[in-house]
Amino acid sequence: MIRAESLTKKFYGDKKTADKTAVDAVSFRVKTGEVFGLLGPNGAGKTTVIRMLTLQTRATSGQIYYDGENIAVNPRLVKSLLGVVPQQVNFDMDLTVGENMELHGRLHHLSADTRKKRIDELLDFVELKDTVGQNVRRLSGGMKRRLLIARALIHRPRILFLDEPTVALDPQVRRRIWELIRRLAGGGTTIFLTTHYIEEAESLCQRVAVLNRGRLVALDTPKNLCQNLGAWTVEWNGVAGREYRFFPAKAQAADFAKELASEGSIELRPTNLEDAFIELTGRREGL
Amino acid sequence: MRDVWTVFWRDWVVLKRRLAKFILSRMVAPLLYLVAFGWGLGRSIQVGDGSYLDFLVPGILALNSMNISFNSLTPVHAERVYHRSLEEYLIAPISPSSFLWGKVLAAVLRGLISSGIILLLAYLFGAKVAVTLPMVLVLTLNCVIFAQLGFWAAMTINTYEEIAQVNVYFLLPMSFLCGTFFSVQTLPEAVRIFVEILPLTHTGILLRSLAAGGGIVYSSLAVLIGYGILGYLMGSRAFHKIRE
Repeated sequence: MIRAESLTKKFYGDKKTADKTAVDAVSFRVKTGEVFGLLGPNGAGKTTVIRMLTLQTRATSGQIYYDGENIAVNPRLVKSLLGVVPQQVNFDMDLTVGENMELHGRLHHLSADTRKKRIDELLDFVELKDTVGQNVRRLSGGMKRRLLIARALIHRPRILFLDEPTVALDPQVRRRIWELIRRLAGGGTTIFLTTHYIEEAESLCQRVAVLNRGRLVALDTPKNLCQNLGAWTVEWNGVAGREYRFFPAKAQAADFAKELASEGSIELRPTNLEDAFIELTGRREGL
Repeated sequence: MRDVWTVFWRDWVVLKRRLAKFILSRMVAPLLYLVAFGWGLGRSIQVGDGSYLDFLVPGILALNSMNISFNSLTPVHAERVYHRSLEEYLIAPISPSSFLWGKVLAAVLRGLISSGIILLLAYLFGAKVAVTLPMVLVLTLNCVIFAQLGFWAAMTINTYEEIAQVNVYFLLPMSFLCGTFFSVQTLPEAVRIFVEILPLTHTGILLRSLAAGGGIVYSSLAVLIGYGILGYLMGSRAFHKIRE
């Protein structure tokens, strides 16, 4: 469905700032109907990748294909396939909830009847039907996030991009949004998700790409990423703080844990995606 | 055209909601100009065969439509930089020129509404101004030029302070120098040549000629059309550049 080849984005500086390569030769494929996660610490380049894939920013070099078609050939056709839920709430603050939805429907060339029907359906889907006449400024953070998803779905996109969809939300709202994403994926929508919440990627994504300092450092299923590191983890309080060691088999991990009997707070557990993430990115930023 | 209408529709929804406030606020400045320069200072001035008020009204129309159409588009700066709602248009399957023209037409509508208010007030003050279709078209062209300038500023300038600087360094000097309150023929030659390069001067010349029942000054019309084309090119280029 999506093919990105050697995608690079450079931001050119001026006299005071240096040039910066935000995304460096990143390549990947996303399959139809897949929930694909792009993971990385803050500033890794995740949003820039989404902005290039959704034609908001031009790539400095590299190619993007949707269903084999280069986006440069017919960008307007490509845009009609995409729905985007941005990281930052970007509603038109002068419009009501219903008018924001209406504007999006009009921009995607839906007829008046279709717009009305889908606005009703989607506001019902995200449980915001009662807010249709309210100004968007009056919604809570969680309501705004749900409305962003509803707005992105009005033209029934085949691919939905979600850029940090649950950032700064409380756990209850986060779980609710995860449920929404699962329902969409269940309905056949391809989902491209960026997050720096490991738990989110582990819970939702079939495959995960890890981006660090603009470079793709891993791409696999969450399970394989963990197993490549070692399926079992021993962690303990070492000289330099909390230390970790990974083992392919539980028995090996248990033997090692016994050797550490004199150390404090030893834990033997299955390796999780957070371990893989930290090993791949080499830092704990954004966690 | 459908996409132009969609972009215009958004601004129309907002304007409709605030129409009464918009009209009232747009009455203040022309009212002050008419009282101060028309009734006050103008009573002692005769311009040719007509009154100073008749001379003044086309100038105020040009000046006011310039300010309104430019400033109608400065909120797009906030949509781009602060609210980020411009992204909604970037990801939509519409052409960049549809966005530009939708926004410009909404600004033109505001400029024409405020021009209508000025004309109404001017008649109440006793001005004799002939309103004709060519006059409305010239006013529209003036609004288009300054709306495009506003669009360009909203797309390229990063802070509110810098937008205010466009007002201070570009629009304000034009307001006073381009023949709004006096004939540019009275200026020293070097200043006059500079002033005659500026678009507002030519809007004033055209409006005055048409308001007095005269014909179209084609050289001035050509200058305005040139600025219109330049404004479109600058606006389009600025919109393309925000994807860089």
